[in-house]
Amino acid sequence: MKKENDHGKPGHKYGMVINLDKCTGCGTCMVACAAENNVSVRPDQSDKERVITWMRLYRITNGKEFPDTEVSYFPRPCMHCDHHPPCVSVCVATATKLDFHTGIVSQIYTRCIGCRYCQAACPYGARYFNWWDAYFPKGKGLDRYLSPEVSPRMRGVVEKCTFCHHRLMRAKSQAYAEDRREIEEDQYQTACTEACPAGAITFGDLNNPEHQVSKLTKHPFTFRLLERIGTEPKVYYQSSRDWVRKLGDNFLPGEYQPVVNKTWMKEEWSTKPGRDTF
Amino acid sequence: MKNRANSSKRPSQSGDASPPAGFFPKWLNINVAIQDVGFFLVGLIAALVVGWIIFPAVLYSKQAQPINFNHALHLNPDKVDGIEGEKKEEKCSFCHEFREDGTFAGIPRLAKCTECHEDPGSPLGETPEEKDLMTRYVATDQQIPWLVYSKQPDCVYFSHIAHVNMGKIACDTCHGDFAGNEKLPLYLENRLTGYSINIWGKRISGFYWNKKPSDRMKMDDCAECHTQMGQEQNNACFVCHK
Repeated sequence: MKKENDHGKPGHKYGMVINLDKCTGCGTCMVACAAENNVSVRPDQSDKERVITWMRLYRITNGKEFPDTEVSYFPRPCMHCDHHPPCVSVCVATATKLDFHTGIVSQIYTRCIGCRYCQAACPYGARYFNWWDAYFPKGKGLDRYLSPEVSPRMRGVVEKCTFCHHRLMRAKSQAYAEDRREIEEDQYQTACTEACPAGAITFGDLNNPEHQVSKLTKHPFTFRLLERIGTEPKVYYQSSRDWVRKLGDNFLPGEYQPVVNKTWMKEEWSTKPGRDTF
Repeated sequence: MKNRANSSKRPSQSGDASPPAGFFPKWLNINVAIQDVGFFLVGLIAALVVGWIIFPAVLYSKQAQPINFNHALHLNPDKVDGIEGEKKEEKCSFCHEFREDGTFAGIPRLAKCTECHEDPGSPLGETPEEKDLMTRYVATDQQIPWLVYSKQPDCVYFSHIAHVNMGKIACDTCHGDFAGNEKLPLYLENRLTGYSINIWGKRISGFYWNKKPSDRMKMDDCAECHTQMGQEQNNACFVCHK
């Protein structure tokens, strides 16, 4: 018997807006994420096929010759797809689920059987497989920075960004201690959001019109990765550059529609630190 | 074939004495059958004894707590002064306190004990347990290595404040009534999993007629209670897992 689910309920829908014009590619988000979430390291961290990076920084260029070359960086956490996340529908062990009350796609490591279907299904490459047990070299201080709020992963399971879910739990506990049920915007922020020195990442509840993210997503420069496959990612990107927005999806020649509203760009955008101020 | 025919004849020849002829089928040797059933029963009883009595006894290692803390004495206002609170939960949280940020301190650290038992030279009472506390821990400023009965696996997140403050659930609902205990129960640790017996429950079968929340502390018990209380949304994975 199918029980009534909460699809229609206007619960929370936590999401992220990343301003690619502000991103300098420093990689602080990657480091902050790894430290916050007890992400294990490898003896050889340069082995990029095996290294685990919940938040990964990609470098993209417009592919033009020297005087016209432009480079942009974009950080890629888990997109926390809102509509039938591909990883959830393929999971044979029900180890990953979309929580309708928070919009967070969960990953239960003790339930995961390590078949890696989800890794193959994820269109964003946001999932990582643990080929070895978690490794934190002793004597170098890494083991002393482990957080008790995030359980370390064993070998043979898949892991991914959880939008620092334990911080939501922490904020909730704080709220309950103060006899509140709801939490404020600034009480639940992910580690990468807090760490970003350029302030490129904004995090909040997309269902709450008061939150900064739901205002930012209305901007015409906003796009999402592979938007047309219908997964409704909750991570939004913003860029004033057409070639960056164009790389967000696989467009056929002539299919991409550039943003034409230049007044928006001049008035709203140029006041913020970004490419236009250079 | 010949041998077989011979052997099947034999019972009818040898067994004229006790059972009447034709009562049992010819192929059944009743004496052998009784013997076989006997062996089966002996084996079955032995297996049951091993499975239900010896195995559980061997499975759990018994460990005593470092100090025999007397809950009943501390909660008795005639004997111990200063543990305030009208309701039971308020008394519990005098030592098992919530921090300001809503996290739960659980088993108190030595600093909580030394709020009252501060001077190793002058004990407050006359019990040998207190002397033990003074000489072994307070004087040397060492933490007491308490064994935690309800320690959950690392992947589990449990918010005490959500249940106590918001859900209005009393401590003894899940932990059992410790308030009247003069002795701390033995800590039984599962040798295979390393978890306390309070997680799996005292009964190895895991079967209860009227299960109380304090009988077991497994995931199904959490989910069952959530459903009973009408809090089904809290059965989502990321509410209790981390």
